[in-house]
Amino acid sequence: MLLEIKDLHAGIEGKEILKGLNLQIKKGEVHAIMGPNGSGKSTLSKVLAGHPSYEVISGEVLYEGKNLLELEPDERAREGIFLAFQYPVEVPGVSNSQFLRLAYNEKMKHHGTEELDPLEFNDYLKEKAKIVEMSSEFFKRSVNEGFSGGEKKRNEILQMAVLAPTLAILDETDSGLDIDALRIVAEGVNKLRSADNAIILVTHYQRLLNYIEPDFVHVLAGGRIVKEGGKELAIELEEKGYDWVKAATK
Amino acid sequence: MTLAVKETIYKQDFQASLENASEPQWLKDLREKAFAYFTENGFPTVRDEEWKYTNAAEISKLEFQISNEQSESQTSELLKDFNFERNGFTALHLAFADVVLVTIPKETSVEKPLEFSFKADEGTANFPHVIVVAEAGSKATIIENYESAGKSLTNSAMQIFVEDNAHLTHYRVQSESAESYHIGTTEITLKRGSFYNSTNINLGARLSRHDVHLKFTVPGGEAFVDGLYLLNGSQHADTHSTIDHTVPNCTSHQNYKGVLNDRSRGVFNGKVFVRENASGTDAQQSNKNLLLSNDARVDTKPQLEIYNDDVKCAHGATVGQLEEEELFYLLSRGLSETLARNLLTYGFAEEIVNKIEIESIKKQLDEAVLNRLNANLGI
Repeated sequence: MLLEIKDLHAGIEGKEILKGLNLQIKKGEVHAIMGPNGSGKSTLSKVLAGHPSYEVISGEVLYEGKNLLELEPDERAREGIFLAFQYPVEVPGVSNSQFLRLAYNEKMKHHGTEELDPLEFNDYLKEKAKIVEMSSEFFKRSVNEGFSGGEKKRNEILQMAVLAPTLAILDETDSGLDIDALRIVAEGVNKLRSADNAIILVTHYQRLLNYIEPDFVHVLAGGRIVKEGGKELAIELEEKGYDWVKAATK
Repeated sequence: MTLAVKETIYKQDFQASLENASEPQWLKDLREKAFAYFTENGFPTVRDEEWKYTNAAEISKLEFQISNEQSESQTSELLKDFNFERNGFTALHLAFADVVLVTIPKETSVEKPLEFSFKADEGTANFPHVIVVAEAGSKATIIENYESAGKSLTNSAMQIFVEDNAHLTHYRVQSESAESYHIGTTEITLKRGSFYNSTNINLGARLSRHDVHLKFTVPGGEAFVDGLYLLNGSQHADTHSTIDHTVPNCTSHQNYKGVLNDRSRGVFNGKVFVRENASGTDAQQSNKNLLLSNDARVDTKPQLEIYNDDVKCAHGATVGQLEEEELFYLLSRGLSETLARNLLTYGFAEEIVNKIEIESIKKQLDEAVLNRLNANLGI
């Protein structure tokens, strides 16, 4: 088991948002977590990545059999967890390639693998950028600064490609994307999908799942998973709306 | 009582330098007037509104040996334009000023940057004065560099005249020793269609003060007055500026950033005046500060005084710490907290460093920034 969440209760600013969440993920799987606004989707993403504003009240999260909640956010990242942000942060004055090389080398260092010098890394980066159809013009630009919404999301997937996570959490990666950008992002994710990693797609809409086919769909409402199924569940949701699930769970 | 002390320190030296100098009488008169102003007013104190946050008392108590190279000093009637009556420092400066005059001839484009480097020796007081005249249609870059060894005083000034359609880029880098005192004044006068672009970097000195006075005197000028102060230990750096729109259709941009660590202290006071007939003015002013320690402190006061309705003006100042969300973003990519903080700080300063077009200065600053952060970012 790559990730095991047991009866997780968590929240922010003293407000409990996740109220007993259970989830199990194996390598090679893609899980979609769907749910209406306020159901706790983003909280789950942030808790897994270790955002300091979110607090875990009770429950357990095991990652590769170890207690994930004990690790600092940067340790989690070096251990292979990656969160693609819903709202990627701009980092003025730091170029994309500087940033990515630092992040890549920190991970390599952690795993005792060889670090790359700027020239070697540039070749590596160029190769990875093809996955999301990004030109090398983006390497020199400051991280996300002045990027369009679509470019920011592509940049997140580029980071995912560079860091090659074992568990990638894509938080509303489809939001704010036009159809072309959505296709590029989704195709990028599909190329990165492998038997050695797992992906959690956090999304409000079924649209993304037309492009990235999940193995499992979980519906989150009121801080718990209220319905689970295969990809057909997403289609059913799209037709009937979230009220259907909410009504069914009451 | 205090006046008497000051006199004993500077008066003899002044008389001697005046007697030795082979200068025109008008200049000797001007110097005497300036010294008389100094004798009468003394050094500014914290009771003076313009020196409220910067205590120069330490300087007034110290004795320095006047470093004077009068024999090589040049003269120019433009010295008469220098406003020595701003305070005791500007008056003392003019009394002892070593003058260098540089003229960039009409319609000439000078490729190689003109460099003015000053190094203060231990225990000396230095009064370099540079006059730069960028004649009509000329184009040039000047680099003003200050270094020092040990405890010293630099009390410098630069007068800059950017004439019709001239284009001047100005880099000022102050990286004096951590024990030295640096007082600098820059006066800029802009003419029709002229363009002035300055970057003022303050890295060194125990106590530094830089006054910038820029004035548009004919319509259609544009100026950038940007700066970066990077302070640690118990350094104190003060920037005071006035940007004076006295005529229509001029544009000014001011962007100063500060990174303060340890117990350092920064002061930014920027006044932008838009006078009654300065319609069509576009003036932007920003001062952002990043505090890396709880003991660091900044007093910032951006001020706009507008006496005309037909203008576009904006100003703002921030004092803060690194953004939590930015930090988390970097952590979530596997950067350690120290590395993430350093990278964000580096990025904060880079906005100013990045606009520098001369690779050698840019590299020097990049290194200085990284050095200050004590960081190896592998960049």
